[in-house]
Amino acid sequence: MDEGLRSELQKQGIFVVTLEQLYNWGRKNSVWPLSFGLACCAIEMIAASMARWDLARFGAEVFRPSPRQADLMIVAGTVTKKMAPQVVRLYNQMPEPKYVIAMGACAISGGPFKQGYNVLKGIDRYIPVDVHIPGCPPRPEALIHAFMTLQKKIDEQKLTGPDRARHCDPNEPSEFPVPQFGEHDLVPPSNPSVWKPAVVARG
Amino acid sequence: MTSRTTWACAATCHTTIDPVMEAPYSVGQFLVVFLIAAAGFAIGPLVLAWLWARKFSPQKPGPTKNATYECGLESKGDAWVQFRSEYYLYGIIFLIFDVETIFLLPFAVAFGGLSVGAFLAMMIFLLLLAEGLVWAWKKGVLTWK
Repeated sequence: MDEGLRSELQKQGIFVVTLEQLYNWGRKNSVWPLSFGLACCAIEMIAASMARWDLARFGAEVFRPSPRQADLMIVAGTVTKKMAPQVVRLYNQMPEPKYVIAMGACAISGGPFKQGYNVLKGIDRYIPVDVHIPGCPPRPEALIHAFMTLQKKIDEQKLTGPDRARHCDPNEPSEFPVPQFGEHDLVPPSNPSVWKPAVVARG
Repeated sequence: MTSRTTWACAATCHTTIDPVMEAPYSVGQFLVVFLIAAAGFAIGPLVLAWLWARKFSPQKPGPTKNATYECGLESKGDAWVQFRSEYYLYGIIFLIFDVETIFLLPFAVAFGGLSVGAFLAMMIFLLLLAEGLVWAWKKGVLTWK
């Protein structure tokens, strides 16, 4: 059914939905995050879930202490190289469909510790990140905005067809290789199937 | 048939007939119905969720996902670890002093008005506890190896 006819029917008081829309509507309004804080951004995440910012309005107040029950990993804070394998392993242990919000400058790029020897320069080197939030730390409003962005993304996901969501494609991996501690750095330093940085081409 | 007529009568002219005497049903029957309904409300969604998961959920098991959850770390060793029993013995012996204190305080407070029998009973109680302590001491439980 095309959008025009649906809109026309809706004006007459007849609401038509597809199973996909119903499914995505349910999913986007019951995102359960993993209660998982790495650094100071976690304080802002906690504040966002409390009464003043009230993440419960988005159906996302149920922070789960086990990855088995969580849909969303909020990487809230600095990911040190010592912590990176654990982050990836926790992501691997979450059931499909799963999403990642990289919260704060550290999680998206290493932030103020980017030049340091022991900080991962962005968690998107190892796991696919859905929403990046800049800020040091981002305010709870920014996290709420990230939630709304993620909800929009979930709402638009296709369940069938060639451009279907990652979790519905049996060929897409559910687990990503956990990096090991090497002699100088994590091995491998990034996962090339996930980490595709923009290349500056000089002509 | 008779119960239906009685019921109809109870609905229309219940002021004249004693409802307790004429009621064709008992509270127990309703309790059974409520119990079945409550069980349905509890089990129904679980069955629906199970069916939905069977049909639609993207199953992607893997070695990391199926591994034991250990806060992101890899679990090490066996869960069947043996602990030494010494701490347990220590805890049991601590109970001697613990229980003794609880009984000694009211004994001391009421000491002036106690009869000889009560005094003897308390002394026997203390003797039993002290005996236990001496026994444990002789066994060498108090020395931590």
